[in-house]
Amino acid sequence: MSAPSGITRVTLLKDLRLEWRSKDAVNSMLFFSLLVVVVFSFSFDPSAEESRQIAGGLIWVAFLFAAVVALNQTWAREIRNQVLDAYRVSPAPANSLFTAKVVGNFIFVSVLEALMTPLFVVFYRLRSLGPVWQLALVAALGTWALVVNGTFFAAMSLRTRSREIMLPLLLFPISIPALLAMVQATTAILNGEGARFWMALLASYDLVFTTVCLLLFETVLNAE
Amino acid sequence: MKKAFPILGVLTAILLVYALYQALVVAPTEQTMGAVQRIFYYHVPSAWTAFLLFFINFGSSVYYLIKRCATADIVALVCAEVGVVFCTVVLITGPIWARPVWGIWWTWDMRLTSTLVLWLIYVSYLFLRRFSSGGQTPLLAAALAVLGALCVPFVYFSIWFFRTQHPQPVMGGGGSIDPRMMHALLINWLAFSCFAFLVCWSRYRLEKLSREVDEAHAMQSLLDPGGRAL
Repeated sequence: MSAPSGITRVTLLKDLRLEWRSKDAVNSMLFFSLLVVVVFSFSFDPSAEESRQIAGGLIWVAFLFAAVVALNQTWAREIRNQVLDAYRVSPAPANSLFTAKVVGNFIFVSVLEALMTPLFVVFYRLRSLGPVWQLALVAALGTWALVVNGTFFAAMSLRTRSREIMLPLLLFPISIPALLAMVQATTAILNGEGARFWMALLASYDLVFTTVCLLLFETVLNAE
Repeated sequence: MKKAFPILGVLTAILLVYALYQALVVAPTEQTMGAVQRIFYYHVPSAWTAFLLFFINFGSSVYYLIKRCATADIVALVCAEVGVVFCTVVLITGPIWARPVWGIWWTWDMRLTSTLVLWLIYVSYLFLRRFSSGGQTPLLAAALAVLGALCVPFVYFSIWFFRTQHPQPVMGGGGSIDPRMMHALLINWLAFSCFAFLVCWSRYRLEKLSREVDEAHAMQSLLDPGGRAL
């Protein structure tokens, strides 16, 4: 067991170091979601009460679009210098690579969320009526759902023409139930209502799709 | 096999005409909705056929992932294509019926929303098939089909919970339906399934032929690299 987890760790550390030096993904995601926040607040101009109703949707749409920016870059750097081909001929298990990429993207998107949330609170005069730890849990579960499917579909769209367009086309339809659950859970917690059904749904969505992506990733990586 | 195709074609045509007669003439007019209710005989059979085709798509995708058999891949492709067409028919006939009966074209109700999401998932499947090239297409498509099919229960549950307060527009549920209506519905479903099967079959033959042509071209250019291929 130590070998696969070692590969995961090395790949993850490499991605984190690359990101730390270039800050490509996080910077572009941050700026992108900042733009979304500004455009939305111009077009809605909500009061505090209204913003509590619509904030869940706005936040997650901003994060979803921003995550696509990062996910599109995730495999691109492995294409340069044929790193991915080298990986495919090496005996290293494909799932280690996949896990490293998913965890890496999860960290990037979480950093984005941590930085953007205060801005949302300020711009939309948000004040949660429910417990904040539940919001954090929903954020973690929701981000995981986006990132697992996103990493998988990004690997898939590598093999297609116009791959940058392909990723959202594949990711958004499959993510609709997860997105609905995230938005509903966030809105419910912000309004001080219970969100247990939505959190359970998100958790089971995460479980099912993580399992299936792990099962299918090797096939997709080696597809010829 | 070659003779069976025209025979099935004629049978399907006869069945479709008979089903049309059943739906428009034999089935009684619904009391409150009037004649517009007759779209039900096209709407519901299309929906059942589309769901059946999507299910076959899922089954043959799983089979392809296990056995890597080209026939299963063609079946999956064909079922997705024809299924999307039937699902489109459902999404178009629904609003035509809803406008006079509910007074609105569209509502974000459970059935409507989940059918729309299903349609979106399979359109994205067709996009993937269109945009990816070469030998890996069947594998990628099969993986997406499995994920898409797994998504269906989540769609259903999430939207079910999302819209439980709304009245459910269940039509013709259970024993309240007139037996002549039920008869017309089932005949129509049979006719639509035969029609779908016919279309799938001819699309299957077309796809198989076009793959054989591609293969022959590739083979020819391998054997004769001088350029006279094509």
